[in-house]
Amino acid sequence: MTTAIFVIVLTGALVAAACALLGSFLVLRRMAMLADAISHAILPGIVAGYFFAQGPNLLAGFAGAALAAAVTVAVVEALQNTRRVGGESAIGIVFPAMFALGTFFVSKYFANVHLDNDAVLYGNIEFAAFDVLIINGVNWGPQSLWVLGALCVVNLLFVVLFFKELKLATFDPGLAAALGFSPALIHYALMTMVSITAVGAFTAVGAVLVVAFMIVPAATAYLLTDDLRRMIAIAVSVGILSAAGGFVVAFIFDASVAGAMATMAGICFLLALLFSPSHGLVTRFKRLRRQRMRLAMENLVVHLLNHEHVAYEEHEAEVNHLSSELRWQTGFARRVIGLAQRAQLVQLTDGHLALTDAGRELARRAAATTVEPSSDLLAASP
Amino acid sequence: MGGLIELFTDYTLRNVALGSALLGVVSGVLGCFAVLRRQGLLGDALAHAALPGICLAYLLTASKTPVVLLLGAAVAGWLATLLILQIVKHTRISEDGALGIVLSTFFAFGIVLLTFITKRSDAHQSGLDKFLFGQAATLVEEHVITMAALGGAALGMVALLYKEFKLLAFDAPFAASLGFDTNVLSVLLTSLIVIAIVIGLQTVGVVLMAAMLIGPAVAARQWTDRLGVMIILAALFGAGAGVAGALISVSDKGIPTGPMIILSLTVIVLCSLFFAPARGLVWDALRRTRQRAALAK
Amino acid sequence: MIAQSIVEERSSTAVPRMDAAVANPVEINDLTVAYRDNPVLQDIDLTVPEGKLAAIIGPNGAGKSTLIKAVLGLVPTVAGSVRIYGKPYAQQRRLIGYVPQRNSVDWDFPTTALDVVMMGTYGRLGWIRRPGKAERDFAMHCLAQVGMDGYADRQISQLSGGQQQRVFLARALAQNAHIYFMDEPFVGVDAVTERAIVALLRELQRQGKTVICVHHDLDSAPDYFDWVALLNVRLIASGPFETTFTADNLRKTYGGTMKAAIEHFQHFEEDRRGSRIEN
Repeated sequence: MTTAIFVIVLTGALVAAACALLGSFLVLRRMAMLADAISHAILPGIVAGYFFAQGPNLLAGFAGAALAAAVTVAVVEALQNTRRVGGESAIGIVFPAMFALGTFFVSKYFANVHLDNDAVLYGNIEFAAFDVLIINGVNWGPQSLWVLGALCVVNLLFVVLFFKELKLATFDPGLAAALGFSPALIHYALMTMVSITAVGAFTAVGAVLVVAFMIVPAATAYLLTDDLRRMIAIAVSVGILSAAGGFVVAFIFDASVAGAMATMAGICFLLALLFSPSHGLVTRFKRLRRQRMRLAMENLVVHLLNHEHVAYEEHEAEVNHLSSELRWQTGFARRVIGLAQRAQLVQLTDGHLALTDAGRELARRAAATTVEPSSDLLAASP
Repeated sequence: MGGLIELFTDYTLRNVALGSALLGVVSGVLGCFAVLRRQGLLGDALAHAALPGICLAYLLTASKTPVVLLLGAAVAGWLATLLILQIVKHTRISEDGALGIVLSTFFAFGIVLLTFITKRSDAHQSGLDKFLFGQAATLVEEHVITMAALGGAALGMVALLYKEFKLLAFDAPFAASLGFDTNVLSVLLTSLIVIAIVIGLQTVGVVLMAAMLIGPAVAARQWTDRLGVMIILAALFGAGAGVAGALISVSDKGIPTGPMIILSLTVIVLCSLFFAPARGLVWDALRRTRQRAALAK
Repeated sequence: MIAQSIVEERSSTAVPRMDAAVANPVEINDLTVAYRDNPVLQDIDLTVPEGKLAAIIGPNGAGKSTLIKAVLGLVPTVAGSVRIYGKPYAQQRRLIGYVPQRNSVDWDFPTTALDVVMMGTYGRLGWIRRPGKAERDFAMHCLAQVGMDGYADRQISQLSGGQQQRVFLARALAQNAHIYFMDEPFVGVDAVTERAIVALLRELQRQGKTVICVHHDLDSAPDYFDWVALLNVRLIASGPFETTFTADNLRKTYGGTMKAAIEHFQHFEEDRRGSRIEN
């Protein structure tokens, strides 16, 4: 029992790690839905592979899946190039067609033998410990660990060896091409890795959840750091953490393990979305509010400066009038004025506002930052 | 005895054919607007997001009536749309990433709930697992009537607001400048798409529903340059694929309906892309070959 | 050739405007618009007088398009107010025609030129009501005004860039407005279209309409327009070309970033001096 649990958690962690290694590049390259398409579209490839090998032969499955993935990517691009079909519509036509073909073959020829349609969606990680690898009669332990362990190593090697190329092709494809790294080649290499990873993870977590493991931890990491290496490391950690946490949840509620693991990843994302110190919504809204007040104060002083020498200064500067003039709620106007007073930018006397020297200075600076003063370049021209 | 079987078959066939045709019409019509607004994959996300909504609705009410499930799917769909919008608006994650995140995590949560329900109750008693790939053979008259009511309401809405939806799809800022509330229109259109998804759940299932929205519209677009004609064609294509797929699947117990409908639809889409009169790729290729031949002379 | 305007014939049926004698077509007070953290427009005070062909000019990122969108209520404002003939925009929508940037829509949309022009009548029709024969005829007249009546049934992707722009102008005409806002109408159009647009602007002015265009070409601006607002996040200057379009103001608008702009201007000033001598 404990071995089985260990195998399940380790399998989940390996799936998460293998997927997260590639996921960062998928998120940055805006290929999440293409990865989703691939994870669905490999199904007919796997089935065809099994069909020709006359059994669930792993290598045949890999070969078929890689082929199906290549076909998918090529057909999506070909459809987009015809300009008859929008980019996302092309994805939305190709992957359901491939997946439907796959499920049709599964239910027609493999019903309840090696694959079943529900497992295609959410995997069989629960049985990971019982599907052992036997070579020449020797029991080498659970097959999933070997397959996914190998995948992790291959993906790690891919990311480490081609880090520079991947990074360049992701952030500046033009420069990458100019330097002689073909962005198309890197694109297809990445797609190949995605398809191989998807087929490896497929039996454990199923088609849809492969995408969750690829995209969600990477997106979580993207909200937590600005450094690509750190992003990959965080993505892998989040993935492994979700795998462990998800197992506990699944165990308690007696529910799908793979589903619970991916749900945990979603919860991690939600937490990062809300509370990330750099990109979280809570932080953002706090900062936005601060900036809004600052902008409002700037507005106030610029406005006062603009009308400083106008004859109706008194009237224009009046608090109530100001709030209607700048279309601020009276409460908001009062808060802004209060802040500006505390910052000694304005003085309030008998309901009339006047700029202090500091306020005038800020107004001038605010005006100067938005409008560039004539530079040397201009001074030189006649 | 034989007569009884025939009657049973006829009854099933009638429901299956009607239900699938209804789905095809509704998703074909609404899919046109989704595709023209470049939101086809939003339908994919909404369909996947419907799963946890349906499961929660079932858990809370222990009822499987379509109206309850619709409410669950609608709430989950709105939540998913809201999340996608917020992620795109407030973070640097792209729309593509936001779709992938919401789609996969909502679906994962749905799977958790689904397995929880299935294991708690007698095996497959809830029948919710049929919503993954669809099983048209389980359609009964009551379902078809509810689907017709929902679909009729959705189509009526489109007929009523055709002008507004067209303007929204073509030029939303202009629509706003004329005083049409584009937010309200957007939410309304999304809600109608959720209705189409709910209608499709029992027949096509959540996984392949996206194609039901995108496919008919893409096929129809190849045959015409008028929105009105496109919508009618999409409805016909959708209905045709629905009926064909459902009939194939009913003829053989082991085959789920969803994949067969989608495969029928794919054939229609491919034929349209290749052979539609003005935009067909085959005519394009022929024209180019002829030009090259003319040049060679 | 520009046909005698149907817009004119219909003016009497347009929404009566209040305080037309005292209020200006567009009055912007202390308008500030911010995108996320940055002000895109700051404390804009701008009044456009009746009957002007006004150009909004400024460098890229100056907020020209945003200014139009803020007036039309398409972007949220942080502060300030916009008045159309002395009233808020929401009450005066019917008086306004809008020509968005041409690349803002998908021209592969399955619709015809005539259908696009009919969209201009949707504001008058309001919710649910469909366009009928009257709207159709009016849309045809508007198409004819931009010389596009021969293309009414064309799918819009089968039109040239200039023709598409003219369809957009016809749609604004179909709004039967008093004030027209146009976002870069001269971008990427052929010479024929450019002349047609200029003729149309003149015709609109002759009818007493006010036109406000985002414009990027400093060379042609003085020829096409008679009033200018120089914008770079803040309003630098506004008024008739003669007094506003000065080297000093342009320098303030374009800062040190655009020497070419100043050079352009010098040509313009030389031309003006030259023409004065000729006169």
